[in-house]
Amino acid sequence: MEPLLKVEDLKMYYETLRGFVKAVDDVSFEVRRGETLGLAGESGCGKTSVALTILRLLPSNGRVLGGKVIFDGENLLEMSDEEFRRKVRWKRISVIFQGAMNALLPVKRIGDQIAEPIILHERVSKEEALERAGKLLDLVGVGAERLDRYPHELSGGMKQRTMIAMALACNPDLIIADEPTTALDVITQAQVLRAIDELRHKLNLSMILISHDLATIADTCDRVAIMYAGKIVEYGDIVSVFKHTLHPYSQKLIAAFPSILGEKRPLSTIHGFPPDLLNPPPGCRFHPRCPYASERCRREEPKLVEARKEHYVACHLVGG
Amino acid sequence: MKKYFPVKLSLFETLLMKKAPVVRAVDGVSFKIREREIFGLVGESGCGKTTTGRCILRLIEPTDGRIIFKGEDITHLPMEEMKKYRRKMQIIFQDPYGSLNPRMSVYDIIAEPIHLQKITDNPDEIIEMVRKALEEMDMVPPDEFLYRFPHELSGGQRQRVAIARAFVLEPEFIVADEPVSMLDASIRSEVLNLMLRLIEKTGCAFLYITHDIALARYVCDRIAVMYLGKIVEQAPAEDLIKNPAHPYTEALLAAVPVPDPTARRTEVVIKGEVPSPINLPPGCRFHPRCPYARDKCRREEPKLVSVGPEHYVACHYPLR
Repeated sequence: MEPLLKVEDLKMYYETLRGFVKAVDDVSFEVRRGETLGLAGESGCGKTSVALTILRLLPSNGRVLGGKVIFDGENLLEMSDEEFRRKVRWKRISVIFQGAMNALLPVKRIGDQIAEPIILHERVSKEEALERAGKLLDLVGVGAERLDRYPHELSGGMKQRTMIAMALACNPDLIIADEPTTALDVITQAQVLRAIDELRHKLNLSMILISHDLATIADTCDRVAIMYAGKIVEYGDIVSVFKHTLHPYSQKLIAAFPSILGEKRPLSTIHGFPPDLLNPPPGCRFHPRCPYASERCRREEPKLVEARKEHYVACHLVGG
Repeated sequence: MKKYFPVKLSLFETLLMKKAPVVRAVDGVSFKIREREIFGLVGESGCGKTTTGRCILRLIEPTDGRIIFKGEDITHLPMEEMKKYRRKMQIIFQDPYGSLNPRMSVYDIIAEPIHLQKITDNPDEIIEMVRKALEEMDMVPPDEFLYRFPHELSGGQRQRVAIARAFVLEPEFIVADEPVSMLDASIRSEVLNLMLRLIEKTGCAFLYITHDIALARYVCDRIAVMYLGKIVEQAPAEDLIKNPAHPYTEALLAAVPVPDPTARRTEVVIKGEVPSPINLPPGCRFHPRCPYARDKCRREEPKLVSVGPEHYVACHYPLR
């Protein structure tokens, strides 16, 4: 079956006075129907820029310099702004932003905020939209009785659930969740992730979960793409990527996360810090921090190749 | 022969909101930190862990209780006398963006405690101390960093400066409030390891405050779990992770994501959120969310009792 979303060789640079920041550089991946794809990586690796490009919400200096974003057979990058706004954004692809505290409008009741996209996209009466908003609040566990609360009357977890209800308002096919639980406490985080997961199964949604937290990704996703400095370095089935990790960066990153299970082992470290994307290093972008780097890594850029079944890696050490 | 290090307190902290209602941020907390020990204080936001840390250093005055440092009661020392203890007690804050004065150079930041404590006036000695502190944090060569300003440093480097400042006077006790939680995983483990090396080398006692119980397992010798202003469980780190005795600790551990997609997890996620510390539930504070709560829990507040070697729990029906 055709994947729901296919991103091909996407290239998006930010234009600055000092030159181009190569935030997304030849990134390709797909999201299948009904699956959750994790987009993992540290701050500044370009994962949020990928999301903003798909949603066409880039700041004015963001330049899409190449590639395609095929959603359900159509290239989103070729649509006019008006068409995209009317047909796709929020109606078919919606987003859950990171800080629920800041993403909700403080002076408007949450019911009205959820109803707004329904009224805009579906030309229904306000009463009907509010009724649907109430059902959505029930669905995410906030409860329809809180329709006319203001955001400050809700706890952090409740606000994040409200954001989820908002993302579901127009029955989208794809939800992009950008660090949806990062600001929340562990138990609330588990509750919210659980709620997202249940809804996803119930409504057969596809999802892109963007997170720096590999533990959260491992707990929730079917497949994962790990990004470093604007590129995908490893991509594939979640178990294969975590259990047979091939790229030195992913290996080190995964081992840098503490676990409460198993024996205590030392946490791995990666010396140095991610490169400046104005002038990324030549060859493999990870080579200055890679303990196995050879001459070839400094010169030649590795391509993403299938090293195991359903498991791709961009490293000269693996599979040529 | 044993010599117990000397931080002991039992506080009844009241932050007044005009007159009545009081927020019982820390409510009868007692623990001892031994010499050369890393003691972890773990809990969700609002549990009182930060307030506890600040009370110990008297950055906030406790409402009641005692703080004993090396056998001496410092709870009511006048600030002038407290100053000599400040040399031996330091703090590392969470946010390296907020805790470093943007108008001071790295040299000024690290030299400030040396000036304040009037350790020496000799500029050569001071600069030598600052250099050594930077070297300890692997900021080499130190001369390259001395005259930089915080905005010229990455997040990881800033936090190293904050740690270097805390260690420059060779204190005997440090409170670290989420010292690495703002850093990315690959940077985090390196800073953490450097910090642990320094603790080992200087033999200073350490209070590690964090919301991340998985990380606390790697750092701490003993861990105390706080909930709504009280310690609910306290045990050696491994014992606490492997054999939690309090239902809240169990829930906390069940909610922590694990960087392993094949790990079999307990499916219990407790319901609800932390209630307001202004209207505390009667009896055990955890009872409204506790899956095992019985009648006694609603009426009677449990005391911290021993359930194993150095393992204490405040629960009427402990899990072990």
